[in-house]
Amino acid sequence: MITLQHMLTLSGILFALSIAGIFLNRKNVILLLMCIELMLLAVNFSFVSFSRFLGDLDGQVFVFFVLTVAAAESAIGLAILVVLFRERRSINVEDLDTLKG
Amino acid sequence: MFVQLLFYGFSAILIAAALGVIVARNPVYSALSLVLAFFTSAALWLLIEAEFLAIVLVLVYVGAVMVLFLFVVMMLDINVEEIKRGFTRYAWLGWLVSTVVIAQMAAVYGLRNFGVDASITVARSPADHSNTRELGEVLYTQYVYPFELAAVLLLVAIVAAIALTMRRRPGLKPQDVAKQVAVRRQDRVRLVKGVRAEGVSPEGEGRGEAP
Amino acid sequence: MSMNPSVLLTIALLPLAAAIVAGLFGKWIGRTAAHVVTIAAVGAAFVLSARVAWQLISGEVQVFNDTVYTWLVSDGVRMEVGFLIDELSVLMMCVVTFVSFCVHVYTIGYMHEDPGYQRFFAYISLFTFAMLMLVMSNNFMQLFFGWEAVGVVSYLLIGFWYTKPSAIFANLKAFLVNRVGDFGFVLGIAAVVYYTGSLDYRDAFAAAPQLAQTGYALTSSLEVSAITLICICLFIGAMGKSAQVPLHVWLPDSMEGPTPISALIHAATMVTAGIFMVARFSPLFEHSEAALSFVLVVGGTTALFMGFLGIVNNDIKRVVAYSTLSQLGYMTVALGASAYGAAIFHLMTHAFFKALLFLAAGSVIIGMHHEQDMRKMGGLGKLMPITAVTCWIGALALIGTPFLSGFYSKDFIIEAVHESTRWGATYAYWCVLLGVFVTAFYTFRMVFMTFHGKPRWHDADPHGEDGHGHGDHDHHGHGGGTPHESPWVVTLPLVLLAIPSLAIGYLTVEPVLFGGYFGQAIQVLEVNDVLAELAGHFHDPASFALSAVGHPPLWLALSGVVAAWYLYLKNPAMSDRLAAFFAPLRRVLDNKYYFDWVNENVFAAGSRALGRLFWKAGDQALIDGALVNGSANLVGSLAGAVRRVQTGYLYSYAFWMMIGLAGLLAWFLLLS
Repeated sequence: MITLQHMLTLSGILFALSIAGIFLNRKNVILLLMCIELMLLAVNFSFVSFSRFLGDLDGQVFVFFVLTVAAAESAIGLAILVVLFRERRSINVEDLDTLKG
Repeated sequence: MFVQLLFYGFSAILIAAALGVIVARNPVYSALSLVLAFFTSAALWLLIEAEFLAIVLVLVYVGAVMVLFLFVVMMLDINVEEIKRGFTRYAWLGWLVSTVVIAQMAAVYGLRNFGVDASITVARSPADHSNTRELGEVLYTQYVYPFELAAVLLLVAIVAAIALTMRRRPGLKPQDVAKQVAVRRQDRVRLVKGVRAEGVSPEGEGRGEAP
Repeated sequence: MSMNPSVLLTIALLPLAAAIVAGLFGKWIGRTAAHVVTIAAVGAAFVLSARVAWQLISGEVQVFNDTVYTWLVSDGVRMEVGFLIDELSVLMMCVVTFVSFCVHVYTIGYMHEDPGYQRFFAYISLFTFAMLMLVMSNNFMQLFFGWEAVGVVSYLLIGFWYTKPSAIFANLKAFLVNRVGDFGFVLGIAAVVYYTGSLDYRDAFAAAPQLAQTGYALTSSLEVSAITLICICLFIGAMGKSAQVPLHVWLPDSMEGPTPISALIHAATMVTAGIFMVARFSPLFEHSEAALSFVLVVGGTTALFMGFLGIVNNDIKRVVAYSTLSQLGYMTVALGASAYGAAIFHLMTHAFFKALLFLAAGSVIIGMHHEQDMRKMGGLGKLMPITAVTCWIGALALIGTPFLSGFYSKDFIIEAVHESTRWGATYAYWCVLLGVFVTAFYTFRMVFMTFHGKPRWHDADPHGEDGHGHGDHDHHGHGGGTPHESPWVVTLPLVLLAIPSLAIGYLTVEPVLFGGYFGQAIQVLEVNDVLAELAGHFHDPASFALSAVGHPPLWLALSGVVAAWYLYLKNPAMSDRLAAFFAPLRRVLDNKYYFDWVNENVFAAGSRALGRLFWKAGDQALIDGALVNGSANLVGSLAGAVRRVQTGYLYSYAFWMMIGLAGLLAWFLLLS
């Protein structure tokens, strides 16, 4: 049978992979956004698992909201990306160094 | 047993897909891998009977967000080679941090400080049980206020995304319907009295007036 | 009957009003009006002063001691304008206004072509006002006001020819040296206020016996009585103003000012302010043996050693200036011997004959077309008879010729010191005794070099080529030519001053010194009263003068005159040989005992070095460098270090977030 332990382990692995992804793809903004999505997925995994295994619906409601916010975030993130690309003809993070002192 | 097999199978696919997201050289492959990861996640959620969220994940993420990602990835002219340069320079750090986080998470999850037994299995619901109905009952009663807020948030995101990306190109000649409707006769037609120009013969004039 | 305060106010304020008129409106009213106004005001002040003096002496009115205006009251300390008019102040008022009047008249002649004519009259009238406020005051505040005001006017007048660098240097020097003395003076006043809580003389005098019992710990082991502390501080002020060693260095240099000023301020009146002040505070000084001994030693040193300097100097005005220093030393010695009456008496006679000598010197300088070097004079007696005669009178009075004014005043100082048993009195006695010879020698050296012997003014360019060149303000406009007698406005004051120089000692010695003239104005403790002991020997002025034959001062003075006659008239070559023989000694004298050298190289250079230290180390390094720029640099370098964290790259923020997450988890694990 699937236990909570299984699900949480899977969630942890997913989360760690997404962290590794952020380090690996540190130059590509789009991939950074994707990794964040992956990270959110890992978190949602934990929420859903706890909700189901402990019989508490609030976790799923929370996932619902997380999905909403994540959708909004990726929409705006991508919009910013598009604007950025128009300005700079690049999405390389190293080119985005206006803030660098 | 079958469920466990399914779980391990999907888990393997999920981890592979996640790896694909982070190591793929082409962002398109990354996006497609992410789609796969969402699909398998939805399948895993179905395994533990979170049907509504599984469907929502597929609809919202795969159907909307990931399509958006793909759209942007393909629209932008990304120099993959340039971006991938230095890929491995900090890879060791990434793996190190990942390992540390995994270890820590394992330690956190392994603790008994949740006050729950991590080895519990999910309680099977009866056949006529509706996860959607159950969630809806909570969502529209207890969480109605955050729900409305989330709706407003989405609206704001729509407006923001459009406002950010929309631009007026110079030289475009868009139709202005209001102006077209509001136009009047005197705006368009000007009656000019005929003037006899010097050096024009009366014959010519006479000819002109002839029906 | 009491005095009318409005008369007293008029005396003081008339010269001020005249100074304002001449100073602020001088351009409009013109030169003649300017001197008419100021001379009229000072003359009126003199007449009123003389009337007040007469009324007081004849017993018509009582001593006036009251406040006329309260300026402010702060924490019980009252700052007031008030007058104390007793025998001492009326005497000073008469001397000040009379000498000032003479100098005003003299100035008409001396300055008549100077472009700063009105300014000069404004200054000397202002000076008269300030000096009157000083001597008429009944409280420390007003005394200090007058004290500083005369200092300011002195500063302005020494630098009257303000385009001359040496004059500017001299007035700055006078100002700075006086600051040193004034610092002590202010401390003395502060000590008075500290102990008595009042600025009024009356309160201070009343508290004097009790202050003598109060101790003040200078260091943990050294304790002095409060009265000694107060008196020595006040006397340091007097040392600055009355040019006592070692604060005397400004007075010879102050001769850069016009000659009338040298006569009025730097001989007759302002420099005697310190003497007056000590005499005025006799009720305080009497209670402090230590302070009086200090006064004695300082005065004796000044009297003798400044006289030596007069011997080697060739500038006619500076010789008179060193003579002034020496005579101020005599007065100080008299103060130290508790013979305050003798000091004031000498102050008065000295005011007349020293002003006379200065004005005579000025007359010579005019005659010589602003040549001050005595080596280029000689034989002027025939050409300038009035000047020569009056100068002889002044010189004879100065060296103490019997029957002349200086004789009485100086002889009694010597006698008084001889009587005194105070610590330092013996030293002071020998100083003043030897000083008589020195005085006679340099005085007649000056007289002989100037008025007698071979004329030497043909040899040299009258405008002078050495350091005393005054060509830049040659008012006469005609170079060369024979020296000539000065106009009447110059000689009249000489004659006016010659009369009291001759007679005032004979006329007033008995009442002033022995007739109890000063009444309550000067208080002497019974044990210190040397003048009372002298009174036993004194019968009348004439017999006293005749008895001088039996005392050493007369013979010392005579030998001084003879020596001067021999060395500078009879056998001038001898003086050169002597000078060569005493060359090392002469070098010391030429360098004025190296006081200026020490001041410049120790005090000035030391304070400059100290200033540079504070500037470099304190201001630039510590405040600017370490504190001001240092804090900015610290923030800057800290920010530079912290800034590295802010790479501006998205991935590094993400990285730090991850590290933070890992850290948070670790913390959570460690806690549980």
